[in-house]
Amino acid sequence: MLAYLIRRAMQAAVAVLVMAVLVFLGVYAVGDPVDILISPEADLAEIEEARRRLGLDRPLIEQFGIFLANALRGDLGRSFVHNEPALRLILERLPATLELAVAAMAIAILLGIPLGMLAGLRHDRPSGKAIMAGSILGFSLPNFWQGLMLIMLFAVILGWLPAGGRGETVPLFGVEVSFLTLNGLQHLLLPAVNLAIFKTALVIRLTRAGTREVMLQDYVKFARAKGLSERRVVLVHMLKNILIPVVTVLGLEFGSVVAFAVVTETVFAWPGMGKLLIDSILNLDRPVVVAYLMLIVLVFILVNFLVDVLYTLLDPRVRLAERHG
Amino acid sequence: MVTRNGWLALAAVGAMMAGAADAQTLRIGLSSEPSAIDPHYHNLGPNNAMRKHIFEGLIGQDENQRLKPELAVSWQALDDTTWEFRLREGVVFHDGSAFTAADVIWTLCRIPNVQDSPSSFTIYTRSIVAAEAKDPYTLILRTAKPHPLLPVEMSLIGIIPAPADAEDLAYDPEGCDYADWPSTEDFNSGKLAIGTGPYKLEEFVKGDRLVLVRNEDYWGEKAAWERVIFRPITSAAPRVAALLAGDVDLIDNPPVQDLPRLKADPDIEVVSGLSNRVIYLHFDHFQEPTPGVQGTGGKNPFKDRRVREAVSKAINRAAIVERIMGGLAVPASQLVPPGMFGYNPELQVEPYDPERAKELLAEAGYPEGFELVLGTPNDRYINDEKIAQAVAQMLTRIGIRTTVDASTKSVFFRRRNNYEFSFYMAGWGSGTGEASSPLRALVATQDKAKGFGGTNRGRYSNPELDRLLEQALSTVDDAKREALLQEAMAIAMRDYAILPLHYEMTSWAFRKGISYTPRMDQYTLATGVRPAP
Repeated sequence: MLAYLIRRAMQAAVAVLVMAVLVFLGVYAVGDPVDILISPEADLAEIEEARRRLGLDRPLIEQFGIFLANALRGDLGRSFVHNEPALRLILERLPATLELAVAAMAIAILLGIPLGMLAGLRHDRPSGKAIMAGSILGFSLPNFWQGLMLIMLFAVILGWLPAGGRGETVPLFGVEVSFLTLNGLQHLLLPAVNLAIFKTALVIRLTRAGTREVMLQDYVKFARAKGLSERRVVLVHMLKNILIPVVTVLGLEFGSVVAFAVVTETVFAWPGMGKLLIDSILNLDRPVVVAYLMLIVLVFILVNFLVDVLYTLLDPRVRLAERHG
Repeated sequence: MVTRNGWLALAAVGAMMAGAADAQTLRIGLSSEPSAIDPHYHNLGPNNAMRKHIFEGLIGQDENQRLKPELAVSWQALDDTTWEFRLREGVVFHDGSAFTAADVIWTLCRIPNVQDSPSSFTIYTRSIVAAEAKDPYTLILRTAKPHPLLPVEMSLIGIIPAPADAEDLAYDPEGCDYADWPSTEDFNSGKLAIGTGPYKLEEFVKGDRLVLVRNEDYWGEKAAWERVIFRPITSAAPRVAALLAGDVDLIDNPPVQDLPRLKADPDIEVVSGLSNRVIYLHFDHFQEPTPGVQGTGGKNPFKDRRVREAVSKAINRAAIVERIMGGLAVPASQLVPPGMFGYNPELQVEPYDPERAKELLAEAGYPEGFELVLGTPNDRYINDEKIAQAVAQMLTRIGIRTTVDASTKSVFFRRRNNYEFSFYMAGWGSGTGEASSPLRALVATQDKAKGFGGTNRGRYSNPELDRLLEQALSTVDDAKREALLQEAMAIAMRDYAILPLHYEMTSWAFRKGISYTPRMDQYTLATGVRPAP
């Protein structure tokens, strides 16, 4: 087990390093941040001076060396645009994104699983077919378009909900959250729904497939034959067995929601990490882009790692393979 | 399922929310967010606009970028290199301390000492060799050479209060004697966001909101709003939606294609005003062969004035303004718009004359034309790529077969600055509000020591123009300087050094019940928003 853990940790370190090199080179190849950040009134001498101040006049290898040396000490550099530590800028935005992601996942689970089971149980009736047709729309309509339509309908035409922003926040354990105020909740609802639509469709399809499979299993037939109520058969015997694949997929999806809620955050002007990433890419704010993507790689590696560890705990075969391999 | 009553309840809550908007609060949706509150950190539009609310300069700029007294009540040149500023008495900073000449000297000292500034304000202070307080309300600034732009430059710098241990700090152009310079982070957190302006900073949450509150002790006319909330909504469609939904009261830069719809809305008003930004085409005057031209046997056709004139005559500027800009632009005859210092009224917009253009091409030895690549950014100026496409079609019609190479601004500016284009489109806004700004940057011969040609990426060079410009930049007498600038402008235009296309107009959209005065510098200022009479 220990050897397995060490090997995984080494692989993770290599992946983070490769990512850092690729992103560093990629942003360097796109352009020079000074060309964008500097005032047009600046003359050639001032342009050179700005490049020197930001350390962009040095050879690429040297810039990367400095970055790497600092990164090993936990310093991922300072934003060219905001002159603040890149990591702090990202972590400041993390709560907003997490809040949005959790809300979206909650909606996806609370809507997706019941609807999916319904569609599975009534797969040959109009209600089941209608749910499936709806889930196809959820899959195929572009995310940003859905967002704009939600804004047009609920904010512009009906005027029920605000069109964007985060609204009022209150501190909870030192972190600003918006779901504890009415105003904050109103701001959270539309972006969370926008982000949840695709995930809901996914959960519906997974749950429906699971339901249809489980329905035909012997133990379900046996439970029915035993005279258990339909309610108990569905909510206890079937639901538990359907949940296993759904939970696995949702776990992975959660990572991607946190990392790439970019579209929703942009459409709803939600001050999360995704919006920071986009703004930073447009401004060639290399320290922030590199730090962000390294952080995300780390998150994904961590999630995968946890899943692997869970597998070794859950599935004896993985452990046996380790012992012999 | 939500019941019918449920929907009604929701609607009622929504209606309450809409009604809850406070009449004394102004909410503004901004297309670009300032990168910091520190007034000396980043010399760029969004920062400078926000700076004006909190930190004032010695001199201000009105809607037409004309200078007006702010923290200085008057200023004059005692001789060619000495300026006297009489400061306003009785002004206090947001922390209650009094404003004096020592604060100005502290500000001038601090500007070169901003850590990691991506675009420094030293370009406005480096001409100053001495700064002395004759008395607390009289400031003397000296320059090494005659420097008529000093008052304009003083209008671009926000004054911050000197800390107690720097009250007697002496100005030294080589670096003032002080160790613990204020950090940009302390401004962003609000700790040092202390100016004399009509608004105080309440809160700056990057990416989410920037909240200002009225300065009740302001020396001038009190601000019209108790609180102002700026929200960055960088994408255009959500910004318009926020206005339509009543989330914000005013937005800047509504997209041109949405303007007819906004104007038709009975609850929304739109204003547009001429900006200081000219969209221009620049030629490669230097390289031979030049990278984007083919079919000329290695020659750079743009070294021939007749070819440049042909290109200019081939472009139908009125059509671009009408069809692509939706009328929200004005055809340009030169590099600054009418009304600006140094505008030459004798210069006319180039008439559209494709026949003459073809003749000129033939005279220059290109009867069959040639192939050309036109470089342009596609996310920097209003409808930039569409304009470039139109220009390419117009040039193709006279035989210069043109293709457009459009890229995002970060890529475009790098390639342009590496001289990868023979012909490119870009824009220039005169921050100083004077013709010397585009002349010095775009057409003066590149010269690092003089600070000339910073954006002259076509490397145009004309000794006569350089001489006139240099003379203008050392002539303190305004009338004489304006005449010199007009002459320099005429030389550049008659030589077709660069082709001005049009001046952009800037638009603002807002709910009925308030008004906004358009500004030439394209800034969105809460001080310009008033409850409609």
